[in-house]
Amino acid sequence: MFLSLAIICLTVAVLLSQVNKMTAKPIAEARAMKLQNAIGEVVPAFDNDPVAEAYSMPVGTGDSLLVYPAKMGDKVVGYALNSSSNNGFSGEIQIMVGFDMEDRIINYAVLQHAETPGLGSKMTEWFKNQEKPSQSVIGRDLSQGTLTVSKDGGNVDAITASTITSRAFLEAINKAYLAYSGSKEDAHSGTTEKKITESSSDKSGRIKEEEKNNE
Amino acid sequence: MNNNLKVLINGVIKENPIFVLLLGMCPTLATTSSAINGMSMGLATMFVLICSNMVISMLKNVIPDMVRIPAYIVVIATFVTIIEMVMKAYVPALADSLGIFIPLIVVNCIVLGRAEAFASKNGVFASIFDGAGMGLGFTLSLTVLGALRELMGTGRIFSINIYPEQYGSLLFVLAPGAFIVLGYLISIFNKLQHK
Repeated sequence: MFLSLAIICLTVAVLLSQVNKMTAKPIAEARAMKLQNAIGEVVPAFDNDPVAEAYSMPVGTGDSLLVYPAKMGDKVVGYALNSSSNNGFSGEIQIMVGFDMEDRIINYAVLQHAETPGLGSKMTEWFKNQEKPSQSVIGRDLSQGTLTVSKDGGNVDAITASTITSRAFLEAINKAYLAYSGSKEDAHSGTTEKKITESSSDKSGRIKEEEKNNE
Repeated sequence: MNNNLKVLINGVIKENPIFVLLLGMCPTLATTSSAINGMSMGLATMFVLICSNMVISMLKNVIPDMVRIPAYIVVIATFVTIIEMVMKAYVPALADSLGIFIPLIVVNCIVLGRAEAFASKNGVFASIFDGAGMGLGFTLSLTVLGALRELMGTGRIFSINIYPEQYGSLLFVLAPGAFIVLGYLISIFNKLQHK
């Protein structure tokens, strides 16, 4: 009885390890591709490898964001930042947001969210709408002050019927700006940038924050 | 062969897992927000059903009765893990939109139900056909449900525009729409079957 179960488990383990070996590379490639695309979308043309040069930048207490510098030649032309918020309507919102060198938002891309379809999920397009400057965040200069929704006395129109999502989205943008200004200062003062391997430390930081939110 | 065909059709119509047996309601309601999501969920389940039915009917004489449930679960979980890894590798966008519901096929009662009720008592070929029939029934129901919800919610089917989006009712994409559409589909299915 135990023997037959053990044999089944053993066979299965061997089979799974083989499949894992076969799919590990395509999975990693698909993930890297998604990241590359998101970065390419939010910063001007660059000729370096932002993923290889990524570093983490602390914001506030115990949290840090991944910063992807985009360089043309040796000059930094923009920063892409991987920011997140846990204050959305459901689950974590993860965005990639790009800044140019004058504190302005170039573009953003939503990497992951679980907001209500048809309401909160509109954030993937809503804040990009150039025809409606009161709801678009593209081109906003954050050195003039951080972004808040108009309901809270700010200057960005929230998504209709999704104020909570909008607040969380802007929170992520503001957090990214904080890390962005930190990066810019560092670049000026010439502090050595600490390179880290992709995502590992970022993830542990996120888990910590999730725990905080659950309390 | 004739008998196998009967088993196959049985899964699609007489014992349709969604409209007749009402099994696997959790992924049914949650993943059918669009036709493509419903169909891919159905196909993933069908793959697991066919493979687990086949392996379990082959092993039915080797597995002692007392540990059969753990053994079945291990076999089913293996195929679910395989399909999850393959989907993540080759169709990452789809894997993202189905999310947790792919690993949850393990606890889908259709899969264990067919293993216990059919594969552990029948031959290999009949079991494969049973898995295919059940999987096909599941896939077709999920696709119809997803297509109707997508059409009424967003005016599209398989992302092809049928009518402008603003005339659609968001309700059908959200959870209540799943219950409403499913209820009507079951009643229509019953009506047709009793004729």
